Amino acid sequence: MSVEGATITPVRLGGVRGGPAARTLRRDRWWVQPAISAVVLTAFVVYSTWAVFVNKDYYVGAAAHRDLISPFFSPCITASCVAGAHGTFLVITWWHITPALLILGGPLGFRLTCYYYRRAYYRAFWQSPPACAVADAHTRYTGETRFPLIFQNIHRYFFYIGLIFNVILTIDAVMAFRLPGDGGIGVSVGTLVLVVNAVLLWTYSLSCHAARHLCGGHVDAFSKHPVRHRLWRLLTPLNARHMQFAWVSLVFVALTDLYVRLVASGAFTDPKIF
Amino acid sequence: MAAEVVMRVWRGDSSGGAFAEYRLPAQEGEVVLDVVHRIQATQAGDLACRWNCKAGKCGSCSAEINGTPRLMCMTRMDQLPEGPVTVAPMRTFPIIRDLVTDVSFNFEVAKQVPPFAPPPRPEGGYRMAQVDIERGQEFCKCIECFMCQDVCHVIRDHEENKAHYAGPRFFIRFAELEMHPLDTNDRRELLRQREGLGLCNITKCCTEVCPEHIKITDNAIIPLKERVVDAAYDPVAWLGRTILRRRKASPNEAAAHGR
Repeated sequence: MSVEGATITPVRLGGVRGGPAARTLRRDRWWVQPAISAVVLTAFVVYSTWAVFVNKDYYVGAAAHRDLISPFFSPCITASCVAGAHGTFLVITWWHITPALLILGGPLGFRLTCYYYRRAYYRAFWQSPPACAVADAHTRYTGETRFPLIFQNIHRYFFYIGLIFNVILTIDAVMAFRLPGDGGIGVSVGTLVLVVNAVLLWTYSLSCHAARHLCGGHVDAFSKHPVRHRLWRLLTPLNARHMQFAWVSLVFVALTDLYVRLVASGAFTDPKIF
Repeated sequence: MAAEVVMRVWRGDSSGGAFAEYRLPAQEGEVVLDVVHRIQATQAGDLACRWNCKAGKCGSCSAEINGTPRLMCMTRMDQLPEGPVTVAPMRTFPIIRDLVTDVSFNFEVAKQVPPFAPPPRPEGGYRMAQVDIERGQEFCKCIECFMCQDVCHVIRDHEENKAHYAGPRFFIRFAELEMHPLDTNDRRELLRQREGLGLCNITKCCTEVCPEHIKITDNAIIPLKERVVDAAYDPVAWLGRTILRRRKASPNEAAAHGR
């Protein structure tokens, strides 16, 4: 489809802007929010990169009477995964570097193209703009109309991929109720950590703007689609808290990895609750 | 409450200008517009400012107070931080004089929005359910103060983008029409190719400054972006439309309805 040749009124430009030429006249601490975003996002990237490439201590197995796997390494689908960590349906033998690299593209893409994270990193890193009514750091601006940022439009496909990971991590959380060699089923702190992690990831995914659109936002006449309307109404309040879910789930996924890592490395034993 | 108000107001026109400082005795319960009016009455009779309702509903008295776009009539002096209060004209639009800017850019963009195009009127008239109009009603609260346009960095910091960017105020107008159950126009390609929806990088400043608390980004711009993805970037959606033979008016037809 094209709108070339459409007869629309051109916008007249011109005139001289008034007011001071200063970058901003804001006197509040507008830089705090982008600074916090930059620090937390950088810390997450540094930690997750280290965790991925260190490539050990990501699974607590039967030897410790537990079944806990780090979310960074699940599903562990390469032959190089530690014993017990990988599933039986798919085992890739030709991949020899850290197994996390094979799967992290999905969740990473989902977060990178997320409408909330876009706001956060455009402000924090790209300074475009750093805060409202504070001048853009760039002289030229094309937004998300060109390569590579035009690929932000494939967010919904990463949303679908993210759902697959949510299902897998939910299965991991359910499996964490097994305490192998320790009396079958039980609950440990590690179990709760994996369950909370899975719940937070679901809240983040279901509060996504693409989810809200796909479940019913694309409909014009809600009265003719009552199920979609109900779904849309269900997700809308979640969507209003997307920012909170984005931060909490991001931090908690790193904390989950850290917990599993500490238990797997023998720093402490995962306490059994019952 | 401080005994004195110090207000630094931008004085000037298209040839240049500077802040002028005014000192007045503080009065309880005042808003910024009250102080500006007192300056006009006592110290600078030629100070230009646009205002009308003093109730936050006409959208006339938009200005940048301490660097942030706000309505002068809705900004209480006692809620501003201690120290001089800075009042400047909206930065995005050409200045006329002092605090008055030429916002006609917005009226030019408004002409580009293809209007509501309902199907032929059925016997007995149009009927709509309440759930079908609730979404659009939020957008009807817009008072056209144009502070969202002012704060949007796409045109605030890049004048050249004005030629092909409608801005947040008109994205909510597009959203209102696109989501209307009786509308038959398809404006998505127009939004993508001519109105610069892709230029918006959803930094949500428009939502932050909206005096009517319209969720411009979450409820209008992002849903429009998702609809544009449906139309232009999603092969599965394209396949679905092709198989089900769903079609609204073409972009050319939609644009042709605009003046």
